[in-house]
Amino acid sequence: MAKVLMRGNHIIGESAVRAGCRFYFGYPITPQNELPEYMAERLSKLEGGVFIQAESEVAAINMVIGASMAGGRAMTSSSSPGISLKQEGISFLAALELPAVIVNMTRGGPGLGNIAPAQSDYFQATRGGGHGDYRTIVLGPSSGQELAQLTYEAFDLADKYRIPVVLLGDGMLGQMMEPAEFPPEVQVKKLPHKDWALTGAKGRPSRFIRSLLLDPIEEEEHNWKLMRKYERITKDEVRYETFALDDAKMIVVAFGTAARIAKGAIKRVREQGLRVGLIRPISLWPFPSKVIKDFSKKARHFFVFEMNMGQMLEDVKLALEGSGEVHFYGRPGGIIPTPLEVSRVITSQYYKKRLG
Amino acid sequence: MKKVFSRPKSLKNVPFHYCPGCGHSTLHRLIGEVIDEMDLQERIIGVPPAGCAVLAYNYFDIDMGEAAHGRAAALATGLKRALPDRMVFTYQGDGDIAAIGTAETIHAAARGELFTTIFVNNGVYGMTGGQMAPTTVLGQTTTTSPGGRIGKRDGFPINLSEMLALAKGSAYIERTTLTSPAHILKTKKAIAKAFRVQLEGRGFSLVEVLSPCPTNWKMSPVEAWKWIDETMVKSFPVGIIKDSAGEKQDAH
Repeated sequence: MAKVLMRGNHIIGESAVRAGCRFYFGYPITPQNELPEYMAERLSKLEGGVFIQAESEVAAINMVIGASMAGGRAMTSSSSPGISLKQEGISFLAALELPAVIVNMTRGGPGLGNIAPAQSDYFQATRGGGHGDYRTIVLGPSSGQELAQLTYEAFDLADKYRIPVVLLGDGMLGQMMEPAEFPPEVQVKKLPHKDWALTGAKGRPSRFIRSLLLDPIEEEEHNWKLMRKYERITKDEVRYETFALDDAKMIVVAFGTAARIAKGAIKRVREQGLRVGLIRPISLWPFPSKVIKDFSKKARHFFVFEMNMGQMLEDVKLALEGSGEVHFYGRPGGIIPTPLEVSRVITSQYYKKRLG
Repeated sequence: MKKVFSRPKSLKNVPFHYCPGCGHSTLHRLIGEVIDEMDLQERIIGVPPAGCAVLAYNYFDIDMGEAAHGRAAALATGLKRALPDRMVFTYQGDGDIAAIGTAETIHAAARGELFTTIFVNNGVYGMTGGQMAPTTVLGQTTTTSPGGRIGKRDGFPINLSEMLALAKGSAYIERTTLTSPAHILKTKKAIAKAFRVQLEGRGFSLVEVLSPCPTNWKMSPVEAWKWIDETMVKSFPVGIIKDSAGEKQDAH
């Protein structure tokens, strides 16, 4: 299929449909409104396509739960405050072991914030903003092409592990128009059968899907079961990209839009002879701790750059387990720094640490 | 000897845990009988509440999916939209449906969602020990309306079924009680009618059942029946609230 020039929010919608998503429940909130609008249009022309603009983000996530219980590929999307509203539902999805895709096009926060792009929902996404011991897979795309690719993969990952998958984007990614090539369209009828779904007990014993486990012994065992699943995911589903690392003395760690800005900054400082490279986590959970720890043997100095007050920063420090120094540069509230600005901060830190 | 009476097929052979005199036991049985008589056991999915009936899946031998408190109408929407040729019903208490679940319930009715809601109204939050509910009547004592509900201090009760009747998408709404064999039979008929409305695709259907909670009302079962007949029905009149012989719904 040829490349198409599309707005990020539309790319997500198109990719979801191609991945077999036939159930979308959403609500208007800037900067992701184009996604429900795209789904309304696209699903209305598809057999079995269901679009509902729900009465709230709370209702939308619970509609996702219902459609997922029935065995369908279901998606919802929102931005920061709306994702806060979905946290109970996400905890339930995790507890009930239901597949679903939740898209967050992050905006400035906290509170009502603004509609500019930010990365300040990293904690919310990766620390499980809802209650209880659980994890969700979190993917951090940084381009239109990655939106196409990762949205598609999200549905497969969700079904494979029976887990909610969060696509953590930001307002800029959603609004930008970029060329994207889409994976081939899935045949919904050929998707693997879900032998746990609620479909009416015909020709089989009745079943129920629930997360209430009043006996602490049962609840504990359920938690351990989830933990074993998360360990498998941690082993098999780490994704990251590296750039200019071979001779790097300082390693920038950044995700999403910040990583693109960082790449631009690194190219600039490389022209000045500074040996700086980049590790770009693509899976934010499971976090690529191992590659960061491994590279700390070659380079002691890490530079975390995010559009927030320091969230992925903590995962980098945890990954390093003390081996290496971490400098942080962040701009919260919807500010998008330029590669020039970031290159100056990197340069200053590089010489401060006498790496030049 | 001919067998003339037995446990409905769609109820499991499990003794109920409900309190003596509680309406849930009767209501579960009625629903089981209707499911059997309409041959729905293999194509129906139920959504239990957060409340005393949270473990309804231990009693009903049908597919069931748990919803968070108040969210049953949204979950049922997702289920029915995904499985339009199956039957879906929610079973919710007054707190679940008319406090935390008000938005989801009203909007499901407004959208004309094709599932049925069984609204069990006992005027209190039973499972959590008898707190005030949206349908607690004025003067009724609960653990969070000490001395009796006062409008100025505690607000006024909500008649959700009457509100839902205003929604164009709601096709059939009836209120019944369980306070006599005749009333119990009427409740069964109402449930069957609600299921038929769903089968015919006419719109959202709801049966509100005034149900006794002797434990939290601190009454005997007989006193509880009396209280429903003499006091509760004054705020929640029994009968058909809406019955539109409406057109068939668009295919969703």
